[in-house]
Amino acid sequence: MAKLLVAIALTVVTFELSLTKELTFELPDNEKMCFYENIEQGEQATLEFQVITGGNYDVDMELTGPNSQVLYKDVKKQYDSFTWTAQQKGVYTFCFSNEFSTFTHKVVYFDLQVGDERPAAEELTDHQTALTLMETSTVNIFDNLKSVLDYQTHHRLREAQGRVFAEDLNQRVLYWSIGESLLIILIGIGQILVLRSFFTNTHKTPAAT
Amino acid sequence: MACTSAVFVWFIFLQTSLALYFHIGETEKKCFIEEIPDETMVVGNYKVQAYDHNVKEYLPVSPGIGMHVQVTDPEDKIILSRMYAAEGRFTFTSHTAGEHVICLNSNSSSWFASGQLRVHLDINVGEHAVDYQQVQAKDKLTELQLRVRQLLDQVEQITKEQNYQRYREERFRQTSESTNQRVLWWSIAQTLILLITGFWQMQHLKSFFEAKKLV
Repeated sequence: MAKLLVAIALTVVTFELSLTKELTFELPDNEKMCFYENIEQGEQATLEFQVITGGNYDVDMELTGPNSQVLYKDVKKQYDSFTWTAQQKGVYTFCFSNEFSTFTHKVVYFDLQVGDERPAAEELTDHQTALTLMETSTVNIFDNLKSVLDYQTHHRLREAQGRVFAEDLNQRVLYWSIGESLLIILIGIGQILVLRSFFTNTHKTPAAT
Repeated sequence: MACTSAVFVWFIFLQTSLALYFHIGETEKKCFIEEIPDETMVVGNYKVQAYDHNVKEYLPVSPGIGMHVQVTDPEDKIILSRMYAAEGRFTFTSHTAGEHVICLNSNSSSWFASGQLRVHLDINVGEHAVDYQQVQAKDKLTELQLRVRQLLDQVEQITKEQNYQRYREERFRQTSESTNQRVLWWSIAQTLILLITGFWQMQHLKSFFEAKKLV
């Protein structure tokens, strides 16, 4: 019984290990935000990020390894994904920087996945007894649902980006239209005034002589 | 049995201590946004360490230091505002769908204020937040039952998310339709303004020329 429990504990821990860590945070202008993660040697990690709102929806990202070698560096990216295998155990640092921007706040989402991508299937190998059909199905369903959740997250982020953009567009249409209407009226009045001034001058000059 | 559950707890503990971390100043406040459907449980695990200038390392903080956690819902209502210890776990359940903002800041005392804090944080949403070891221990489930339970939770989460997605899509569509309407009405209004301005210009000039006896 105890052996079984430990086995379950271990499987649940492998579940935990492969869990992705995702965070969404606000990045004010001229700022840099760094995150750190301890990664064991030989483990595969995937980092994905996306700017949800702000400015041109871009951000600088830099990923450095334990002895400060740069693994990834790119500027003004809207979204990207990077997968690497840890060459050595240690702290991996990734920084999002908005230092090029002087006034726009940004909201950045990232998702870091460390370890095996398919823990549920991997786990099949160290199972003592053969899996029943039922168990295999549950594992399959689990994997599929996980990818559904993944796709959902992606879709949600893209949708968020699109929606923010649409709301922005809506506002801009409003302000621009108000501006343009005022401009038309002002030009209309201006034209009249200029025309009047022409005629008043030319009429006055011969009258004076 | 008790011993094995202790091992479980230790495993979980070990897990949270390995979480992602970041640095903040002692008085700094850091906020994270979670966009979640309604009736979704969110669990955050965190641990704070402070930089010790003597050892040049991050060490567990002195007992007085804690974390203030504040959670606001999409309508800017505070749904959680509490002082926690330097290491712990906060839980809340959303009631309205949307952006929930989770803010963390330390209650640092001024004599300590120059230091840097290292915050380990792990936020889990929905079925990720459920502690299945506990569920299993409590309900005495077999592994298969536990798996099915997990699948059910996952499906439920997907359904909630899907509903929320529909709601958001509706908002998106409303915005787009509003933009469309605005463009239409503004172009009509602008054409009218243009015509009225032109007409007024003609009238005005005509009466002006007549007054000046130019025509």
